[in-house]
Amino acid sequence: MPQRTLFEKIWDSHVVCSGPQDSRILYIDLHLVHEVTSPQAFEGLRVAGRNVRRPELTVATLDHNIPTTGNRFVIEDALARTQVETLRHNCREFGVRLFDLDSPEQGIVHVIGPELALTQPGLTIVCGDSHTSTHGAFGALAFGIGTSEVEHVLATQCLVQKKPKTMLVHFAGALGNGVTSKDMILGLIAQIGTDGATGHVVEYAGEAVRALSMEARMTICNMSIEAGARAGMIAPDETTFTYLRGRRFAPQGAAWDQAEEYWRGLSTDSGAKFDATVEISAAQLAPFVTWGTNPGMSAPVTAAVPDPAQAADESERNGMIRALEYMGLRPRTRIEDIAVDRVFIGSCTNARLEDIRAAARVIRGYKISDRVQGMVVPGSQNVKREAEREGLDKVFVAAGFEWRESGCSMCLGMNADKLGPGQRCASTSNRNFEGRQGAGGRTHLVSPAMAAAAAVAGHFVDIRGWEYRD
Amino acid sequence: MQSFTRHTGTSALLARDNVDTDQIIPKQFLKRIERTGYGDVLFFDWRYDPEGLANPAFALNAPQYSGASFLITGKNFGCGSSREHAVWALRDYGFRAVLGVSFADIFVNNCVRNGLLPVVLSPAEIANLTSRARLDTPLTLTVDLEQGKVSADGGFSASFQLEPFRRMCLLEGLDEIGMTLKHDAEIASFEKDRPAFTHHA
Repeated sequence: MPQRTLFEKIWDSHVVCSGPQDSRILYIDLHLVHEVTSPQAFEGLRVAGRNVRRPELTVATLDHNIPTTGNRFVIEDALARTQVETLRHNCREFGVRLFDLDSPEQGIVHVIGPELALTQPGLTIVCGDSHTSTHGAFGALAFGIGTSEVEHVLATQCLVQKKPKTMLVHFAGALGNGVTSKDMILGLIAQIGTDGATGHVVEYAGEAVRALSMEARMTICNMSIEAGARAGMIAPDETTFTYLRGRRFAPQGAAWDQAEEYWRGLSTDSGAKFDATVEISAAQLAPFVTWGTNPGMSAPVTAAVPDPAQAADESERNGMIRALEYMGLRPRTRIEDIAVDRVFIGSCTNARLEDIRAAARVIRGYKISDRVQGMVVPGSQNVKREAEREGLDKVFVAAGFEWRESGCSMCLGMNADKLGPGQRCASTSNRNFEGRQGAGGRTHLVSPAMAAAAAVAGHFVDIRGWEYRD
Repeated sequence: MQSFTRHTGTSALLARDNVDTDQIIPKQFLKRIERTGYGDVLFFDWRYDPEGLANPAFALNAPQYSGASFLITGKNFGCGSSREHAVWALRDYGFRAVLGVSFADIFVNNCVRNGLLPVVLSPAEIANLTSRARLDTPLTLTVDLEQGKVSADGGFSASFQLEPFRRMCLLEGLDEIGMTLKHDAEIASFEKDRPAFTHHA
């Protein structure tokens, strides 16, 4: 057997047979489903008289559309309510497990999968959601699909795929204090662009990656799609096994031993070849803040908004001019001089317990700025309960933040949580596209600690100089 | 699914890079449970002003682009969210193909399952088409998937390629699920050999 990458090992072990032309029929171990991208797929099954092939490998949750306020069981938006009811109905009809709003384990699909250990090394995992790449942090092959493909997986437990290319992103050295995995991925996208990894499955490696917790690894893999990647993955290690052991759907007893032995073989062989390689010095990364309208438009917090006059070509210059106009920013404004109106701590990128803790540590002993409205939306009911057990909700509320129920919330503003036109937000989410958080809203992507510090200061500040009061 | 073999029609120009699916169809229109009826809200935030009137500054509202069945754009079109609604909206509006320098992966996967052809051309070819599409008279193109050719009045001609499986999906308008289900025995045998610890959910 030639030397293989982690991706190739998982790919090879899931090819059922050749499909038409250059395609392969790939087996899917876990299919995650949410209310927004699934109704047309279930309807397609009904119209064709087809069934869900493996309902026990299919898991659904409600996350995109739901309110995050106190009584979230009452959904006032009629369309959202219909979509929620439709998923409930579909799960009942086809026998799919649903983590509904009254479940103590409901949450954002990419938060609860890992939390419940549905996500495991070596699996193929898909979901009608581009941030499915999150699950690659466990050494799984996980990627987002469209609704037609959702229907295909429901009916066949397989996907017809062409083998993607491979890319190694190597983070050498160690991260500085106050620099997080959010800054690693923003730094990568700034370097290679939002299409830098198109067509590739990225493996993240190097000392700085090995040192990360599972939560931090999920943040990197989550935003792989923002570099255009098909998927992102990190080889499993002791950190992975320690995280998974004892969780609800993790193998137990002898099955665990068998699984762990298999998982330990899931790393790239030395000498295996990648189609592309990117080298990044982790030690040189600073906390990043996006200034534009895609995740590649970012700068270190110590820098300034760039000048379109310095753009490499006309197309880039036009893009920058458009972005700065939308964002209401002038070239060469210092990042630290940008004032914010809203702060959003949430999303499948950064709403896990470690993220909530990092933000709370910054906030403790402070009040948020009078001009800022702050909101914390835990990624799941588990995260919320655990944070409350640690008293973190009280830290946020004392500082002036709202403490909400779990869901996708203002990451994409499908529910009532939205930016108003012109409002500027420091957000721990993943996309700063025009209108993403609300029509006319202006999003700056940052790490949880950077978002918390911006809430207190009323503008961006370098978290590396923060005076903690704990 | 509707197939794509050869089509002649006029073109609209959206001369921008990195057009993401949040722009193609904003989130408030993802709450519907149907596959159709998205054409009127395609590019909603760009296309309409806050009062709901057509924004004259937006390219698609220009009179020479009315009724276009091709969209000419830049690089990395369709990046971001996996929402298939973006493709449904482009199809519903009347587009049969999008011509650009590059496309996002999930977007292409969604295109070929809905009869929308993604045509990758070189930056120089897109620049050429862009300058032709800027004129006041509509630019008529013929896109032929069987031949892998794009041609325009006035001498423009270019070749393009699509991966064989995707090309076949579009040419034949396949029922992909039906095709995979023919491999039922192989899938069942594969499932039998999966280690027990992978069947956990």
